Amino acid sequence: MDEKKLAIIATKGTLDWGYPPFILASTAAALGYATEIFFTFYGLQLLKKDLSHLRVSPLGNPAMPMPVPMPTLMMVLPGMEGMATSMMKSKMKAKGVASLEELRELCMEAEVRMVACQMTVDLFEFDTADFIDGIELGGAASFFEFAGESDITLFI
Amino acid sequence: MVQEDKVLDARGLNCPLPILRTKKALGELTAGQVLKVVATDPGAVKDFEAFAKQTKNPLLEHAEAGGEFIFFIQKA
Repeated sequence: MDEKKLAIIATKGTLDWGYPPFILASTAAALGYATEIFFTFYGLQLLKKDLSHLRVSPLGNPAMPMPVPMPTLMMVLPGMEGMATSMMKSKMKAKGVASLEELRELCMEAEVRMVACQMTVDLFEFDTADFIDGIELGGAASFFEFAGESDITLFI
Repeated sequence: MVQEDKVLDARGLNCPLPILRTKKALGELTAGQVLKVVATDPGAVKDFEAFAKQTKNPLLEHAEAGGEFIFFIQKA
């Protein structure tokens, strides 16, 4: 078989870190890769139907560009996370960056296989009814079944 | 000058949307037909070359004018 394969593990559930798995998976699919994303731990948040709860935090995130330099202590103040999140969202919109929902939808259209880690779904007591349709549940062994044959494997 | 069969306006869109929309638009063409894409993302130049190479849809021509990047891609 000459079809290339890409396996991604998505472990992060913040607004910023939600992007790389969906950008890479949708692009790889457009280039003809068979693509699978395995969502585990906080990455499971990316499978929820509603993604409006995803946030980006300036706390512990010193590389995040801020309009004015702020001391770390300020970052713990109420409202800072919400402010950073809405700032990032409006910036993305202004720059023509797709929303996470749109990229995820493009992944689904391109038949990117999405697998939710069963163990962490149970651990965090996620209700799979909150997840989008068309995903599967699986474990580490099922990830390797695909990753073992993949040309590229990424841990994000 | 290459004559296009379809035009895709990808202006104002950022990575990876121009490529994803291009892939979709090419899917609606038949082999040999030409898609013209207009983009404003400066990263598109490298991306379209890479896309054409990997998907084997030839990039017939590309040009830049007034901050816009124009690509002619033929469906393989």
